[in-house]
Amino acid sequence: MDLKEKIVSSYVAFEDGVDVNTDIHEIRTEAFQNFEKLGFPTKKLEAWKYTSLNSILKEDYSIFPDKEKTINLADVKKYFIHDIDTYKVVFIDGKYSSFLSETTHDAIDVCLMSSALNKAKYKPVIENYFNKVAKQDNLTSLNTAFAKEGAYINIPKNTEVEKPIQIINFTTGSVEATMTQPRNLIVVGQNAHVQIIERHQSLTSNAVLTNVVTEVFADRDATVDIYKIQNDHIAASLVDNTYIEQQSKSVVSVHTFSFGGNITRNNLNFYQKGEYIDSILKGITIIEGKQHVDHHTLVHHIEPNCESHQDYKGIFDERSTGVFNGKVIVEKEAQKTNAYQQNNNVLVSDRSTINAKPQLEIFADDVKCSHGCTIGQLDEQALFYMQQRGIPQKEARALLMYAFANTVLESVKIPEVKERITKLIATKLNVNIGFNL
Amino acid sequence: MSKYTEDDLREELKTKEYEYGFYTEMESETFAKGLNEDVVRAISKKKNEPEWMTEWRLEAFRVWSKMEEPEWANVTYKKPEFQEIAYYSAPKQKPKLNSLDEVDPDLLATFEKLGISLEEQKRLANVAVDIVIDSVSVATTFKKTLGEKGIIFMPISEAIQEHPELVRKYLGTVVPTSDNFYAALNSAVFSDGSFCYIPKGVRCPMELSTYFRINEGGTGQFERTLVVADKGSFVSYLEGCTAPSRDENQLHAAVVELIALDDAEIKYSTVQNWYPGNSEGKGGVYNFVTKRGLCETNAKISWTQVETGSAITWKYPSCILKGNNSVGEFYSIAVTNNFQQADTGTKMIHLGKNTKSTIISKGISAGNSQNSYRGLVQINSRAENARNFSQCDSLLMGNACGAHTFPYIEVKNKTAQIEHEATTSKIGEEQLFYCNQRGIDTEKAIALIVNGFSKEVLNKLPMEFAVEAQKLLEISLEGSVG
Repeated sequence: MDLKEKIVSSYVAFEDGVDVNTDIHEIRTEAFQNFEKLGFPTKKLEAWKYTSLNSILKEDYSIFPDKEKTINLADVKKYFIHDIDTYKVVFIDGKYSSFLSETTHDAIDVCLMSSALNKAKYKPVIENYFNKVAKQDNLTSLNTAFAKEGAYINIPKNTEVEKPIQIINFTTGSVEATMTQPRNLIVVGQNAHVQIIERHQSLTSNAVLTNVVTEVFADRDATVDIYKIQNDHIAASLVDNTYIEQQSKSVVSVHTFSFGGNITRNNLNFYQKGEYIDSILKGITIIEGKQHVDHHTLVHHIEPNCESHQDYKGIFDERSTGVFNGKVIVEKEAQKTNAYQQNNNVLVSDRSTINAKPQLEIFADDVKCSHGCTIGQLDEQALFYMQQRGIPQKEARALLMYAFANTVLESVKIPEVKERITKLIATKLNVNIGFNL
Repeated sequence: MSKYTEDDLREELKTKEYEYGFYTEMESETFAKGLNEDVVRAISKKKNEPEWMTEWRLEAFRVWSKMEEPEWANVTYKKPEFQEIAYYSAPKQKPKLNSLDEVDPDLLATFEKLGISLEEQKRLANVAVDIVIDSVSVATTFKKTLGEKGIIFMPISEAIQEHPELVRKYLGTVVPTSDNFYAALNSAVFSDGSFCYIPKGVRCPMELSTYFRINEGGTGQFERTLVVADKGSFVSYLEGCTAPSRDENQLHAAVVELIALDDAEIKYSTVQNWYPGNSEGKGGVYNFVTKRGLCETNAKISWTQVETGSAITWKYPSCILKGNNSVGEFYSIAVTNNFQQADTGTKMIHLGKNTKSTIISKGISAGNSQNSYRGLVQINSRAENARNFSQCDSLLMGNACGAHTFPYIEVKNKTAQIEHEATTSKIGEEQLFYCNQRGIDTEKAIALIVNGFSKEVLNKLPMEFAVEAQKLLEISLEGSVG
């Protein structure tokens, strides 16, 4: 039985565990029918031209891990940003772990999707926002069909959340391959400010497939910063679908750090529904082995006077493959748009591959749109210069690569996250230096 | 000083909407509409072709009938009804012509209107012309002068008779019959086109030129061009095209194959001015063309195109850089106005070591038109030290048009250096104001700015074409000031 059949046939069992007489379930059923029709994406689809899921769809995933698992904090502490105080929403195999989490209902809501979907007091918010910006494509529909658990964050207007929020999904799957489908909803009110750190971590060498959907709504003047740390086990694959809707004068930034995992696909979509919006998309990818990272971004400029800034850096070693597919659409009404897109790549090995497709679709005439894409090598002269001065080749290369990626790191606003990423880069490049020289 | 004033220009623009929209009453022989194996055989028989050629066509037809029309391009149109097209139309003429005096006077008058006076060409301009009307080559000039150098320049139908070994060796090697839907169709039904062979070490002393014209209604034009530059040779090739204004959409599906052997260089320039349809978007030519060149060691192929006509343009002149140190270039200006749609660009396939490619693409959209650049730069794993530079600039006029960029970059070698940049902008109000202040009216100022915007590409055109192209740009953008 292939994975699609397995998923389709397990839907009945899923329905047993949820309240089927709700509006939410209608949305689920519709999405389920949509997935049943579309199936998993194949390379024939233009959006999946460079990424094949075939190798990971062959696994016999368990779709609903039934047993509650507990894990020791000491074992997983390293996956948290633990040197600062944060709110935490932690899931183990898709189930909420109250032991590892730290949620709140004090002025802001940092809690669970399951309670938001079921409790009456959240109903207005769910009705207004749930599945409102997510696209109806294959994998998003699949997630929506099984949407049940995840993080629910609601920040009322004029609130500055004093500490960052971490959303962490652990997968234990010690006996078998596991598939999880978290569903997050983040609603940020007028003039509110929040920082979110997101991580998916597998604790097993069995195959893991995570198909996550996150919807973010930023109201007028809101500021939202999201950091995605992707440094997963080599057997873990991730499809991260993020949909962001912005109102006037809001600023939303998403930083994606992709260092690990088998196949990682990031679908990052921004929809600008007001004027004077700024959208920031940044990413650093450093991979090796047979890893595959695909950044698929969309910025949809719908209203006038908005900006978007994209900056993605990639370093690819051994037989790894990188994909960057960035799309900017500027609608007829979106005059005075400024859209920048930058994608720079370094191929370290002869067997690594990069496929880039920076795409512009422009229907307005008074706009400034540019995209740049480069593929090149480290500057041999700079390398030689450093070696002359006694810096070993490996460290010199690492320094150059760090400098190459640094434009993305500079805009990280949480110092601890920046430090963590810097350490990860050092580990990734196999050197023991701090970079903060 | 020139007495040419802006009023003259305006007058000229008014009358010059599409000056090649006339239709010449000529007796012509046209096959009945429809396509099947018998039609393919009949075309082949008409051309007195050898057995292998007929088989080659039939093979292409069989492949084509199994293919589906591609839909991935960023254009929308009513698909041509392939059984409603006549696949062969030829001006009736005496079987053999010995000199131009024997050419049908109507035909000569047509050339006069097109601005190609064969007589004049023969005496003055240093350009050898092969003219194809409704898929059949009607006249080739300068045959003798070229012959002295060993250069073969003749209609491909004649080449099949006179130089079958050359045609057989190279035809379909760069664009195989099964390459794509329209290439397969062309391979099955092409009725004529140009063949050119430059022998080893010969530098072609003049520009070679082909002029294409669709004349009959209800027909499609399918011509085939094959240019072979043998080792160390050089040739510059020009191509121009026009069609009468008609309400129906006519199909033009051509195939151009260039082969540059070791150390050879081919420069291929196109000024494409098929009828673009009227200002409401009715009629116009569907221009679905496959153009590709193959570069052996140290060879160079340079494509230059000015695309102003056609209701739908769908073409990607490409270079396969097979040999080491080979060079591919692509310079393009695509102008769309009214309801025109263009999806054009290039493919640079780097296979050899130290290969270089340059892409400069300028898109100008006005009115309700859509203009897309679609390109592929592919560096294969053996292509050490490959270098590519791509630049795509778009200029938008008015907010009813669109400009799109779809670049694909695929790199499998770490020594590759790729740069791609694209910008989109409009003509600055300051720029216009500056011109206005100096007494240049808006229409002319736009022409001036567009000219500057396109200069990098216009400079690559041979002299005679550059002037024509500049005029074309002005005409195509007429009335887009708003």
